[in-house]
Amino acid sequence: MSLSQSELQRYSRHLILPEVGKSGQEKLKASKVLVVGAGGLGCPLLTYLAAAGIGTIGIIDFDVVDESNLQRQVLYSTSDVGKPKVDVAKRKLLDLNPHIQVNTYQEPLTSDNAIDLFSQYDVVADGTDNFATRYLVNDACVLAGKPNVYGSIFRFEGQLTVFNYKGGPNYRCLYQEPPPPGLVPSCAEGGVLGVLPGVVATLQANEVIKVLLDMGNIASGKLILFDALNLKFREVIVKKRNDYDINSLIDYNQFCGVDTMNNNTIDELSVFDLKNKIDAKEDFDLIDVREPHEYEICSIASSRLIPLGALEDSLSDLDKNRSYVIHCKSGARSARAVALMQEKGFKNVLNLAGGILAWADDIDTSLNKY
Amino acid sequence: MSITVFIPTPLRPSVDGKTELTIDNQGTLKSLIVTLVETYPKLSLYLIDDQGNLRKFVNFYVNDTDIRDLQGDQTTLNDGDSLSIVPAIAGGCR
Repeated sequence: MSLSQSELQRYSRHLILPEVGKSGQEKLKASKVLVVGAGGLGCPLLTYLAAAGIGTIGIIDFDVVDESNLQRQVLYSTSDVGKPKVDVAKRKLLDLNPHIQVNTYQEPLTSDNAIDLFSQYDVVADGTDNFATRYLVNDACVLAGKPNVYGSIFRFEGQLTVFNYKGGPNYRCLYQEPPPPGLVPSCAEGGVLGVLPGVVATLQANEVIKVLLDMGNIASGKLILFDALNLKFREVIVKKRNDYDINSLIDYNQFCGVDTMNNNTIDELSVFDLKNKIDAKEDFDLIDVREPHEYEICSIASSRLIPLGALEDSLSDLDKNRSYVIHCKSGARSARAVALMQEKGFKNVLNLAGGILAWADDIDTSLNKY
Repeated sequence: MSITVFIPTPLRPSVDGKTELTIDNQGTLKSLIVTLVETYPKLSLYLIDDQGNLRKFVNFYVNDTDIRDLQGDQTTLNDGDSLSIVPAIAGGCR
């Protein structure tokens, strides 16, 4: 694919690199990369891929821009809040580089669309935010025969590797099974340093370009661990394992226990029910299982703070025959707390659906949200 | 005999916020994990499943090698070895 005069000027710093050169840049222009998730990882990744002149970039993301995204999702501006991420991303990327094509898919990635979609691209880059989609991206990459440039982040820590590269290991070789639901908090629950996805995503972009140009040492067969707090990179070896066959896509929500988490086992009540209970002066205790620094931002009057990590030790002080309502930020940690209390013989424990965020939306709009 | 244990971010709240621990251990990885969990009981939930086995979403590396490529929890640790505990994380981040 030949380059126009304007493209030759734009990419001059690449062209004078012997490892890239004109032929490498033409190869990038002819390449197609799909980025799954246009969030914290997706934004910097997309920016660098577009700037580098990847000819066709696909973006799949069903979400709209939220104010809490702006701390790290650097493609979006304050005025973009409420707009579909893929639309804003496409506009920004084409403004950055009008020589590329951007395909957008405003829908969730599912077992029904993944293989067809992946088959249209050379490389897939995974910037998703949950285990079910991670396993789906992995399995679909294996079945479609595409390298999967993987990055993930949590709080101050990042992981990076390239899966399924020339028959190399995939995600299931690294982690056979996802954690039980609720055990590992999401970024929304556990927080993330805003620059961390920037660091990890630029490393992903670096690997995407190296894979496309077949240059340097690809991060296949090793997992790079980045600790932002201690400014340390480490790496461990990832070997190909043959203890799991990937023959077809499965129900990943079921595989990751998302359905059981959402449906049965945990008894819930709505914020309206809680308001009624409080107004009717019913006899129960409201327990907040968030962390003290979250409690400082906002709390529900009459709640008692017992962070999830300290709950088990505190159970001996609680009366098993009393009624309890448990809440956290959005309902995931409190679901785990309810399960723990039920396991320990508490009979009457309810989870507040939607957590304090739902309370702030529907009952007390004066509360600070975070 | 001392082993350095690198603690990943998600587990730091369970070990008083420490980023690495030095554990005096003679023997196998399993005995080190027992010592670790005795000292920091909150780690147990993350490291050990209901059947008493090491969790499959947490990997253990002696120096840089996965214990599945060594002798699993029977891997012998030597003075000066490091143990990395690396749980799966999925943030992207929405």
